[in-house]
Amino acid sequence: MDASTSRNLTILKGAGLAAILAFPLLGFSDYVLHIAISILLWGFVYTGWSVMGRFGLVSLGHGAFLGIGAYGTTMLWNLAGLTPWIGIPLSVLASAILGLLIGLPCFRFRITGHYFALVTLALTEVARLLIVALRDTTGGSLGVTPVGVVSPEDPVSLYALQFASKTVWFYIIVGVWLVGLLIWRAVDRSMMRYAMEAISQEEDAAASLGVHVTRTKLTVTVISAAMTAFGGAVYGQYQQYINPETVSGIAISLQIVFAVIAGGMFVQLGPTVGAVITLLLGEGLRLGFGHEFHGLDVTVYGLMLVLFIIYMPRGVLGKAVEVMAARGSRPGTPSPQPGE
Amino acid sequence: MEFSLLDPFLWETVIQGLLFGGVLALLSLGLNIIFGVIDVVWICYAELIMLGMYTIYFLYTDFGVPLPLAFLAGILVVAVLGALLHHLVIRPILHTEPINQLLVTGGVLFFLQGLATMMFSVEFRNLGVSFGSVSVAEMYFPVSRIIAFSVSIVAVVALWLFLKKTYLGTAIRAISQDRDVMPLMGVSPRKIYLVTSALGGGLAGLGACLLVLLYDIHPAIGLTFGPITFMVCVLGGLGNMIGGFIAAFIFAEFIALGGFYAEVEWGYVLAFVFFIVMMFIRPQGILGSKS
Repeated sequence: MDASTSRNLTILKGAGLAAILAFPLLGFSDYVLHIAISILLWGFVYTGWSVMGRFGLVSLGHGAFLGIGAYGTTMLWNLAGLTPWIGIPLSVLASAILGLLIGLPCFRFRITGHYFALVTLALTEVARLLIVALRDTTGGSLGVTPVGVVSPEDPVSLYALQFASKTVWFYIIVGVWLVGLLIWRAVDRSMMRYAMEAISQEEDAAASLGVHVTRTKLTVTVISAAMTAFGGAVYGQYQQYINPETVSGIAISLQIVFAVIAGGMFVQLGPTVGAVITLLLGEGLRLGFGHEFHGLDVTVYGLMLVLFIIYMPRGVLGKAVEVMAARGSRPGTPSPQPGE
Repeated sequence: MEFSLLDPFLWETVIQGLLFGGVLALLSLGLNIIFGVIDVVWICYAELIMLGMYTIYFLYTDFGVPLPLAFLAGILVVAVLGALLHHLVIRPILHTEPINQLLVTGGVLFFLQGLATMMFSVEFRNLGVSFGSVSVAEMYFPVSRIIAFSVSIVAVVALWLFLKKTYLGTAIRAISQDRDVMPLMGVSPRKIYLVTSALGGGLAGLGACLLVLLYDIHPAIGLTFGPITFMVCVLGGLGNMIGGFIAAFIFAEFIALGGFYAEVEWGYVLAFVFFIVMMFIRPQGILGSKS
């Protein structure tokens, strides 16, 4: 990439960020702000999934990590009165440990591909069923609300991490999202990426060249699990309501995977684009057709995913980057480099 | 609760588990044969069963088709759906990374579930056919479950005979053993894959016939039976019919006894945790051979 393209990109990024930061000042309704917050928050979670997914570690179990983050934080607050400032790190830690516990034997015993997907699928179902089974504590299928401390008179509680204002949440989640992108880039530019790419192509060859196969896989898994749990915890704080279906189980796990595929998992903003596509599609269809066509969004979404995987496996943004790279005078570049 | 081997309720639970195991065994058959032959996991397998259940339900209740004919139609519809799924969705990406084939059927899962929600709404529907129950030594068993169990056993034996004794069955087994060499022997993988997909679909349709007698139909029923069906196949050793058969009964007993001593969710939790642990001990499945 030459100097002028690089400079243009920096300007573009700055302008994009400025536009995002100015967004709440434009006087949109709370509904629009809510959609924007959701996009960024799920964009963060999807980015967390792609940290491992892009290397062929296709987990269908991220609902388990999301659930631990959301329920861990909320339960510690509701039952022990523990502030989310401590509850969130604890939940994230628990999720990272779970990632380690499930990852270590999987990678030791070379459980990959279908088998890895199905083991992690069992994991996310265990999480969902546990939340339902522990209904006396968790509220079961009905879900649970973090005990609220804010009111119109007292709209901010830093201690409880509850804010009545959507604008406040918007800026918090922009921050979370940016950190997610930075983590993604850090992994992308690390030695780990080369190690993981080598592993995903030929594990034995990589190992013989001195790549610590298990350790490298575990590292990306733990990063991914921790990010997802953090996203789950923030989701619970923001929504002030969680239930087993929305933060754990097979449905949400598949939704995470597919949004990333739709956006593109090999480019930094791909997962965020996936969040934009899936959320705007869902909301658009809901506004356009109302509730009469209940299920229309899921139908279109499913059909889109099938078409994406068949015709555009690198996702919308991945494809866009590919096309731009092909237009630019860079013959001999078969595919865009992940990253920028 | 006091543990006693003389407790009739305990025995009733164990036998109920056995009967449920028969249903799980049948559900896993179709998925297993598809995995064994085509090396693809249909994540949307349980959604095909769901469509079969709706087919039977509407033919029987709205169009007054006699139940046996409705069953036959259900099996045929799902068999055609299975073949279509392979032809339209799997075949175009058969040469790409295997995980893509698993994920693409996940897209089909959402598509079918959404479609069912739009067409049939989320309401729970019941076929309303009851066969009553029989009582043996103070224990009660619904006849529908006994029918389901018996059909499963017959289907497993019939499938086994088909694979062992017929030319087509032999070709299917041959393809599953070596998909590179068989084309040289004059077996067309394309044809075999399509036939296997229809067969797998037909078995899903047969599963639909049994489930429709036992459970309410709703668009999300696939999410209830999908995961457990995959676990059964994997625990048995993907593609290993007999392993899957045994695994089905192990899972069913976990669920039945878990439900007996605590709530049914605990049964599932135990079954899934057992599955995860077994994957680490025997990743090739309980009867799978080490590769």
